[in-house]
Amino acid sequence: MSDITLVGLNHKTAAVELREALAFTAEESSDALKSLIKGEQNSKIITEAMLFSTCNRMEILFTSAKQNSEKLSSGDKELSENSTQYVINFLSKYKNVPVSRFHDSLYIYRGGDAIRHLFRVASSLDSMIIGEPQILGQVKAAYRFAVSSNSSGVVINRLMHKAFSIAKRVRRETGIGDNAVSISYAAIELANKIFSDLSDRSVMLLGAGEMAELAVEHLISHGVKKIVVANRTFENAVNLAQRFNGINSSNSSRRCGAQNFLNIEDRVKSGKKDIVSAEPVRFEEREDKLKDVDIIISSTGATDYVLRASHVKKIMSLRKSKPLFFIDIAVPRDIDPEIHKIDNAYLYDIDDLQNIVDDNMDERKKEAIKGERLVDEAVIKFQRWLGNLDVVPTIVAIKEKIEKITASETEKTLSSLHLGEHEQEAIKRMTRAITSKIMHDPIRFLKNTGSHRDDAFYLNAAREIFNINNINGDY
Amino acid sequence: MTLENIAQTLFIVATAVYAASMASYLFYLFKQQEDFQNYGFFLTAIGAGFHFIGVCLTTIVMGTLPAYNLQQTLYIAALALAATFIVLNQKFNLKVLGLFASPIIVITMIAAIMAPDTPPVKASYLNGLFSISHIWLISHIVLIFTGEAALALACGAGILYLIQERAIKEKKRGFFYKRLPSLALLDNTSYTSVITGFTMLTAGLIMGLVYAKIVWGRFWGWDPKEIWSAVTWLIYAALLHGRLTSGWRGRKSAIMTIIGFAVLVFTLFGVNILIGGHHQPFTK
Repeated sequence: MSDITLVGLNHKTAAVELREALAFTAEESSDALKSLIKGEQNSKIITEAMLFSTCNRMEILFTSAKQNSEKLSSGDKELSENSTQYVINFLSKYKNVPVSRFHDSLYIYRGGDAIRHLFRVASSLDSMIIGEPQILGQVKAAYRFAVSSNSSGVVINRLMHKAFSIAKRVRRETGIGDNAVSISYAAIELANKIFSDLSDRSVMLLGAGEMAELAVEHLISHGVKKIVVANRTFENAVNLAQRFNGINSSNSSRRCGAQNFLNIEDRVKSGKKDIVSAEPVRFEEREDKLKDVDIIISSTGATDYVLRASHVKKIMSLRKSKPLFFIDIAVPRDIDPEIHKIDNAYLYDIDDLQNIVDDNMDERKKEAIKGERLVDEAVIKFQRWLGNLDVVPTIVAIKEKIEKITASETEKTLSSLHLGEHEQEAIKRMTRAITSKIMHDPIRFLKNTGSHRDDAFYLNAAREIFNINNINGDY
Repeated sequence: MTLENIAQTLFIVATAVYAASMASYLFYLFKQQEDFQNYGFFLTAIGAGFHFIGVCLTTIVMGTLPAYNLQQTLYIAALALAATFIVLNQKFNLKVLGLFASPIIVITMIAAIMAPDTPPVKASYLNGLFSISHIWLISHIVLIFTGEAALALACGAGILYLIQERAIKEKKRGFFYKRLPSLALLDNTSYTSVITGFTMLTAGLIMGLVYAKIVWGRFWGWDPKEIWSAVTWLIYAALLHGRLTSGWRGRKSAIMTIIGFAVLVFTLFGVNILIGGHHQPFTK
């Protein structure tokens, strides 16, 4: 029987420096998987392996199989510990980091715990921001590396496919991905509740700053094409406008960082047809420009309000009361709170947005509980499959199935033949003999597939051939 | 079974289907599964089918559009609402309105079924079934009721707008915030419905005036119904004027559609019941 183990560290257990030191690039991970599977001169310990490395985590999932089921029956634990130690040493050697430096940050899960952990990661229940959508894509990419490095086998293949389907199920059936959990995304969500279609809206950015620029980028990814940039230093406005002008929807996703919640799929979808035009204006023109824009994002270092209610009131009649949405990310605030009281003008400052984010985070945590239940269910099902992937249960199941078919077919024939008791008994004996003779060789093969072979592979094949995987329900 | 009985049965079946549609919309509201909205719409359409056949049968029996007692008037009003909702929904994708339209349709249908079975008054038109005056009369009834249905939907969109606007202004995102669409969409929905409704209403009132001239020899007789119709018309005219010239949108416009509809309902039923006038027998 295969033994699944997962060794890793994540944002909860390790500091960013350590995570960086142990991170694998795509090439490295393919290479590492190949040598991990090949093993060292002594013997092949790891049968299947997968390596998963992102900004927030580095994990290695592997199976170690008993070479000979009888001999090692007493040493299950030992084997698993040996292989774990082997993987840890391998990691240390490969990344040139002493074991002592990362040993305390490691978590080691075995069997059901390892399966559960993988499912939770794929479903984004273990993420820093619960429900963030990128993780599943990253898990899929990691699995692709494992497949192309030939390091995945029957167990990991099935495990990963189950991981993908549970991840999708959790996303579909719970609300863990529903509401915005970043300031800039919360602002976009609000904009979507005020304007029906953002693609024909325009935005004005006052000042600069990472969060404000990120919000603008989000708006662009939602189809906004017209941007006005105002800055006290006109040159900065020109530079920033140029950056937005040249924005390319596919390469602006950021490297590891706390503010990286962008839904890349979203961007690519709407980004292609976008030709963003950004216009720099002088800071003094900002009030005038209110006439033409719909969304204002403000993030200046000003100590006084840069937009006042009296301005907006005047502008409102010029724009025939078309709605204006002000997003004030600055501290201290840039925009006069009185503006919120004007009809068709909406003002949200950073505290308001933070409140939304906090609420949504709580909401996601509540939904995550449902997700955990779905994951537990999937773990149990997978364990049942894995448990059956042993010699004895497989043989029993095959025998049962064949015998049942024989018995029922014999019964059918006999009932229409009107034979005596003695003849009936003879025919029954004969069919049983045929069954057991046919089954003899396959069963002998399964009991001993030969040395250095992957038992799991043949067991799974046998189960597939006889179609006995799905007898005990869908798993 | 007489045609009348068949029609009655059809009305009851239609009511049941409308009720199922309402349940589906409510389910959508709570569960947020798109499917239920589609079922809701589908059921409304089926209900309207039965309802329409029922009205057709009654029309055959009566020899004219049946709007000559309270029960018939309510049936016609509900059918107009269902049909207008279906058309606007298809044309402008105003799905949310189902939340508003379906309960009103159901309530109107139930009210119609419970309404006293007063014998319908005789339609007063001159010179036979296909006479000009009869055609004017039928056009008047059809236009007024569809117009009123569109204005009811405008009122519904207005109510939804106010709920959503309140959530955004007060920065408290409650039950409805997530479930309702954007303010712009609700505002446009309301505006589209007002324009449709107002156009129909105007045309319907003109038909009424012409009919009055043909039958009673005068366009305008200071009848309470006529006065209140004019008031209603002026309210909607003011709303549209304000929107086009000085940007009355959003909250103001939403409140106006609600006031307008309240006055409209009073004109339709309140005037007949409380004040009287020459339309009175149609709502007895």
